[in-house]
Amino acid sequence: MAGSTLEIKNLHVEIEGNKILNGVNLTINGGEFHAVMGPNGTGKSTLASAIMGHPSFEITEGSVLLDGEEVLEMEVDERAKAGLFLGMQYPSEISGVTTSDFLRSSINARREEGDEIPLMKFIKEMDKALDFLEIDKNMAQRYLNEGFSGGEKKRNEILQLMLLKPEIAILDEIDSGLDIDALKVVSKGINKLRDEQFGCLIITHYQRLLNYITPDKVHVMMQGRVVKSGGPELAKRLEAEGYDWIKQELGIEDENVEQEV
Amino acid sequence: MTVETKLPYDKDYITQFSQDKNEPDWMRELRLQALDQAESLEMPKPDKTNISKWNFSNFKHDAAKGEKIASRDQLPEEILDFLDEKKDQENLLIQRNHSVAYEALAKELKDKGVIFTDIHTALREHSDLVKRYYMKDAVSVDEHRLTALHAALMNGGVFVYVPKNVQIEEPLQVIFWQEDPEASMFNHVLVVADDNSSLTYVENYFSQNREQETVANIVTEVIANNNAQISFGGVDNFAEGTTTYINRRGVTYRDARIEWALGQMNDGNTVSENVTHLVGENSWSNAKTVSVGRGSQSQNFTSKIVHFGKFTEGHILQHGVMKGKARAIFNGIGKIEHGASKSNAVQESRVLMLSEKARGDANPILLIDEDDVEAGHAASVGRVDPLQMYYLMSRGISRHEAERLVIHGFLAPVVNQLPIESVKNQLRQVIERKVY
Repeated sequence: MAGSTLEIKNLHVEIEGNKILNGVNLTINGGEFHAVMGPNGTGKSTLASAIMGHPSFEITEGSVLLDGEEVLEMEVDERAKAGLFLGMQYPSEISGVTTSDFLRSSINARREEGDEIPLMKFIKEMDKALDFLEIDKNMAQRYLNEGFSGGEKKRNEILQLMLLKPEIAILDEIDSGLDIDALKVVSKGINKLRDEQFGCLIITHYQRLLNYITPDKVHVMMQGRVVKSGGPELAKRLEAEGYDWIKQELGIEDENVEQEV
Repeated sequence: MTVETKLPYDKDYITQFSQDKNEPDWMRELRLQALDQAESLEMPKPDKTNISKWNFSNFKHDAAKGEKIASRDQLPEEILDFLDEKKDQENLLIQRNHSVAYEALAKELKDKGVIFTDIHTALREHSDLVKRYYMKDAVSVDEHRLTALHAALMNGGVFVYVPKNVQIEEPLQVIFWQEDPEASMFNHVLVVADDNSSLTYVENYFSQNREQETVANIVTEVIANNNAQISFGGVDNFAEGTTTYINRRGVTYRDARIEWALGQMNDGNTVSENVTHLVGENSWSNAKTVSVGRGSQSQNFTSKIVHFGKFTEGHILQHGVMKGKARAIFNGIGKIEHGASKSNAVQESRVLMLSEKARGDANPILLIDEDDVEAGHAASVGRVDPLQMYYLMSRGISRHEAERLVIHGFLAPVVNQLPIESVKNQLRQVIERKVY
């Protein structure tokens, strides 16, 4: 059996009465890397947040199934325990909670009571991942994301991804604000997880991340839905030609979800 | 309408009590005068907290003698939690009700002239030294009825004196154990650091009286003479039945420093004042407090730093968590007197509300009578941030555990400041118990 399957079916999402997603359909199987691209304001990040259960978004229609189980009926922590992970664009800062304590609580949350990860094993695994991602070891003792630079926050998200080993990960603009060296490190971390069990949905605005992580499938979002899907060559063409040709092809005038009057 | 509280103890009683303790004459006179004053003085009026119905009169003044303790094994587990498992605490005093159950001070410190003993012994053996500081520089007898009652009825406490130029590395720890559920605690703690000396002092108050009512009326005076440094940690953990008035006041002289780290964890109604007078030039104080309110208790917390000397610096940090139907007022007061130029008063009060019915008010107050100063304040009352919860839960952490992490994180700046590891852990446990 090749990992888990995440099926997004006809997903409609609103925030404060504004429609953001208008029927997204997407299926991610274990072993597959999908990229979702599109201009700003087309609903990409909303898709990621809605799947994870962000408190600000309201699902009005559709479903999200993980191996046939309805994700939208689960609490946020249950979604994570079921095997989902979201690398966030803007992770929260939590004062007074060290990154290391948070990581250990997260790992233990997915294990049975009485089967907590032994402290030494945890430290060894964490140190290994910190080295791999070229993160200063001090970060583990700093308060979670507090005072972290943009790049440090992104690396921290990938650190969590590597230690939590989810079935399906969604990475929301994990490349934004990274310089080229940090981008390479972050990509290295994501690629390390690549195997036939692990499925990944990479949301990005730029093609440049896809120079380091080759997607199996590329989807373009406009007006709150997936308007075009293809292979890695689609990303290359978007890099070279932009999005206008898609708009022309599909007769879209404004790619944004809703027009502000 | 004010209800006159009839004083339960008279002159004869107090004279007898003082004689039984072999107190010096000045102490007996101070007590009797205070008793006189108590009758005419008003009760304190803490801001926005009505204490007129609180129990300040129903208590047992002189409880049965607390038994001596020969070894740690005789202590209940709740008390053992305060002690460091790994090492023998050389400097430790345990007061059981009103008597000393255990007392130890490192020989090296004794040889240097350090005094660390209960207040009754200090009054007999170091009368002049105690007299010089007792309710003089810091707290006055006649501030209000409760300070006067305290002076009249004082029945326990400790005296700490560090001579000039003596630096104490290891903390001095005191455990005040109100074992008798009705025993009152009129404790007087007097900590004096003479010129160029330094010490770390940590105290714990503990009782288990849920049903039985009693009173704790505590005055703590902390004197940092020129260039002395005092680190003061405290965890208050009186049970529901004890009504508490606790007044911890510090005075700093030239170049002196006092650092406070207080865990205010009482379960009963409480008025807690922590005030520091920065008298000497270039003196400094840092006052950090954490508080948890639960059940239907009402509490009033004041953290206040008054600047008299030039170039003085005062930092206040108050963090409170409120749940159930608990109510609390957090006053953060920075006062800069005329003449205290180039001083800096900074304060921050944060209250985290965990339930709809809890009430918490943060009142930042700056009172400034001098132009050439710096001052700043921040205050907030809020709920647990839903985005923080979302972030933590998105890693599989349950709502309960996520909330626990956020609360511990919120209180960490003060908890981490406590100087003894075991007390730090013990405070974490108390927080855990109170929050869940």
